Amino acid sequence: MKFFSEENLELAEIIIKRYPKPRSAMIPLLHLAQEQDGWISDDAMVEIAELVGTTSAEVLGTCSFYEMFKRRRVGKYVINVCTTMSCALMGAEELLEHAERRLGVKAGGTTADGMFTIEGAECQAACTEAPCLQVNYRHRYRVTPDQFDSIVDELSSTDHDVPDHGVLSQVRQHIPEDRFVGTVAPENVTSAPAWMHDQGSDQ
Amino acid sequence: MSDVPPNEVTVTINGTEFEARPGEMLIAAADRAGVHIPRFCYHERMSSVGMCRMCLVDVDTGRGPMLQPSCMVPVAEGMVVDTQSEDTKRAQEGILEFLLVNHPLDCPVCDKGGECPLQDQTMAYGPGESRFVEEKRHYEKPIPVSDLVHLDRERCILCDRCTRFADEIAGDPLIQFTERGNSTQILTFPDEPFSSYFSGNTVQICPVGALTAAPYRFKARPWDLEQVESTCTTCAVGCRVGVESSRNQLVRYLGVDVESVNHGWLCDKGRFDYEAVNSGDRLVTPLIRDNHDENQLLGTDWGSALARAAEAIEQAGPQRVGIIGGSRLTNEDAYAWAKLARSIIGTDNVDAQLGDGLPADLVLGLPTATIADACEADTVLIVGPDLKEELPILHLRLRVAATKGQTRIVEIGSIATGTEPHAQRSIRCRSGEAAKTLVALLESDDPLADQLRDGSVVAVLGRASMAESATPALEVASVIRDRLPHATFLPALRRGNVRGALDMGLAPGILPGRTTIDDPSEPLMNLWQTLPEKAGLDTTAMLQAAAVGQLDTLILLGADPLRDFPDRNLAVEGFRHVKTVIAIDNFVTESVSHADVVMPSTAYGEQGGTTTNIEGRVSRLAQKITPPGSTRDDWMIAAELAWRLGGDLGIGSREEIWCEIEQVAPSHAGVTIERICGPDAHEGILIQGSSVKPTLPTPQEPPVVDGYGLRLVSGRKLWDAGTGISHSPSLRDLAEEPTLKVHPGDLQRLGVSSGTAVRVISTRTTETLLAVADDTILRGTAVLPFNQPGGGANRFIDATALVNDIRIETL
Repeated sequence: MKFFSEENLELAEIIIKRYPKPRSAMIPLLHLAQEQDGWISDDAMVEIAELVGTTSAEVLGTCSFYEMFKRRRVGKYVINVCTTMSCALMGAEELLEHAERRLGVKAGGTTADGMFTIEGAECQAACTEAPCLQVNYRHRYRVTPDQFDSIVDELSSTDHDVPDHGVLSQVRQHIPEDRFVGTVAPENVTSAPAWMHDQGSDQ
Repeated sequence: MSDVPPNEVTVTINGTEFEARPGEMLIAAADRAGVHIPRFCYHERMSSVGMCRMCLVDVDTGRGPMLQPSCMVPVAEGMVVDTQSEDTKRAQEGILEFLLVNHPLDCPVCDKGGECPLQDQTMAYGPGESRFVEEKRHYEKPIPVSDLVHLDRERCILCDRCTRFADEIAGDPLIQFTERGNSTQILTFPDEPFSSYFSGNTVQICPVGALTAAPYRFKARPWDLEQVESTCTTCAVGCRVGVESSRNQLVRYLGVDVESVNHGWLCDKGRFDYEAVNSGDRLVTPLIRDNHDENQLLGTDWGSALARAAEAIEQAGPQRVGIIGGSRLTNEDAYAWAKLARSIIGTDNVDAQLGDGLPADLVLGLPTATIADACEADTVLIVGPDLKEELPILHLRLRVAATKGQTRIVEIGSIATGTEPHAQRSIRCRSGEAAKTLVALLESDDPLADQLRDGSVVAVLGRASMAESATPALEVASVIRDRLPHATFLPALRRGNVRGALDMGLAPGILPGRTTIDDPSEPLMNLWQTLPEKAGLDTTAMLQAAAVGQLDTLILLGADPLRDFPDRNLAVEGFRHVKTVIAIDNFVTESVSHADVVMPSTAYGEQGGTTTNIEGRVSRLAQKITPPGSTRDDWMIAAELAWRLGGDLGIGSREEIWCEIEQVAPSHAGVTIERICGPDAHEGILIQGSSVKPTLPTPQEPPVVDGYGLRLVSGRKLWDAGTGISHSPSLRDLAEEPTLKVHPGDLQRLGVSSGTAVRVISTRTTETLLAVADDTILRGTAVLPFNQPGGGANRFIDATALVNDIRIETL
């Protein structure tokens, strides 16, 4: 069973070529897998292991280290409600409780229609804008329970620009062939990179 | 070793100056200085990671004392170290209190209790009590991570030893740290077990009871065990082991760290096959063929068995007796049998190898290398069996050396091996054409040719496939001698003490001490008095002679030709036409079940003596338990038989035999019993001299495979239907059923879909096997493991052919 779609497999091969050692492409490929499905299945890890030439255990080790790689199916929109100090003082608990009531699932759960996952989260570095939450890691500031309802309504409609969970960026980086500098394995590096030599020039 | 840097960095450890090596970690220097620093994660054979912080000590490099992990700090000139300061003590107490926060303290039911570094160091360096009153972490306990290893995550202190071993040493990173923070735990990928051939080592190096070995779980407490140092004879590498027993049962082997051979590691087969020694299936009394019912072996007494055996030998006469086997024996046993054969029976028909090795003159005559030589050579050239399957610790040493860049591995062979991922180059060629391929490589302008010509080369040479004769391997030897005269050799031979048996003269034309029958040493002639006039037959020739009625009595010394000789058909024919088969063995193997006289011999751990590994290194075996029933040492059986044949071997103990060997065997001169038992014994005594000259053939062209045929390649697997494994309950289910692996293109051409049964036709037999597509197999080649449960490849092989081809038909 192949996991990656044909298009993504092609992309995966390009990503692997960017690194001197295929194994270095493990995290970018995990992102790619999460982008494809919204979460990372065991099949995905097995295939990534094959692609980068390691064992699936190593991929699991890396994948499970990062909280934001989801190894369970999550909703199209993952809503993280901050529950750390500033937000807690400004009503985060009430907000989370409201969110749970509104979506009908407990924190950590996913709605039956697969649209929303709600999570309590640690500080999101927006203490001046408390209470805050993130929708697929995009900040929403000073969220009241009413505003939460309208966020849910907005996400339920099609009229918004939040991409599905797993999409890192709507614009994909592309390095044109002629600007690609090529890769050298660390043990084969014998001199400083070219740009270092240019530092003395009259730019 | 040669590359050890000199002692030139002066450090002061606890007030005493010590000369350390540049680049050496402080903890290693302290170890050498005799100062013990407690540790969990540090292991001298693996890289330092500084995971556990237990080795924190006060280090002063001129800026005042600071706590630093001694496994991560290299020594520096003028460094002042205090391993007993107040700060160090407080750090140690803190770390231990911290490590015990989640540790379940179930020591009374833990296998490790009594030999546990966490327990011991808590007693020695711990705070005495914990301030932790909260709930500990809970996990299901224990979970099997493989068939042989269980993991208790509650006990784990996350030292990274097992995972580092799996990755750095074994090269099977199948266990990993998963999750993070408080949930960090060691796990395998779901449904992908830690099925490494070396998994048992993680149990030995685990500093707590988190990893336990399934065969040993709850079998004994460490304080009830006694350990003796011995040498493993499961394969011909000769790893040093600690053999432990309880109530006269072997319960555990532990790897012993010796620099020259195994670095403390063992393969799982060597580690766990003690179960066979304890097996209830052991032969414990002599058996004799029933006169009234041919299908029945009856228990008898030693007197009757020996009389019957002596009678059969006498009736046959010297030219019509053959002795097959002897590589299970110790050196002393092998010598006794070599002496019995030559000086009492008068036959030179002796062969310790079962037609699956290299001719003795080659093994003894080529310039030999050590394992350390191979690990330091510019190139290791492997033309032989898959070392990972057949000589696992040699594979491990070469793998580690290659990954560290100390050597480069080049292999020439017809199948994908366990070495391939670590090789600089793996050259695939059709079975039988390795010599041709090597010549082509050396004549090309490939930089590899220069590398081989200009640098040091150690050739690991053996029989890659049972389905080809010895000739292709001999041709390779011939090419290497001719074109790479600086190369030295490490023979990849099969079965435990095969090298020792050859050294002791259990090969046609060979006498003890690496001499030939044409050129016996004087002391040997004085003692033995008579010798057969000309060189005798090897195993293949003996079986051929037997098959045409030219051999009357066949003696099997722990050999099972029906299973292990490459050509089953020939073995069966030989057994059918020979008048008497005398078997000396530990188990009723298939061959033993056809014997007329069966004598039970002692097994590993029940006998002392010495063994010799592929390098020619002689090391001691230790007796740990008393043998069961009326089993006897093989040398005693030889001595008894000699007496019944009207002769006298003149030996009364293993020590006496060794003294005689030292006297008559030129290569072993000076290796006295005192040296064997002395301090040298730990690393073993390397014996390299030899007066045997190898005869090398000129290369021949193997026949071309016809359009319908597939060239058969058959190597052994670590887990197979061998006698030791099939009598070890923990191991016997690990062997896979045999499947015929063929390139998908060939299967398609033949109209066979992968995973279906096919008719396999060779010149010997036609049988049904499962065919599986495998794109690592060379086109035109079919791979069948040699001895898997449910049928071996020996049914298809003609031992007299240079190579064997088969055909596949759909059913």
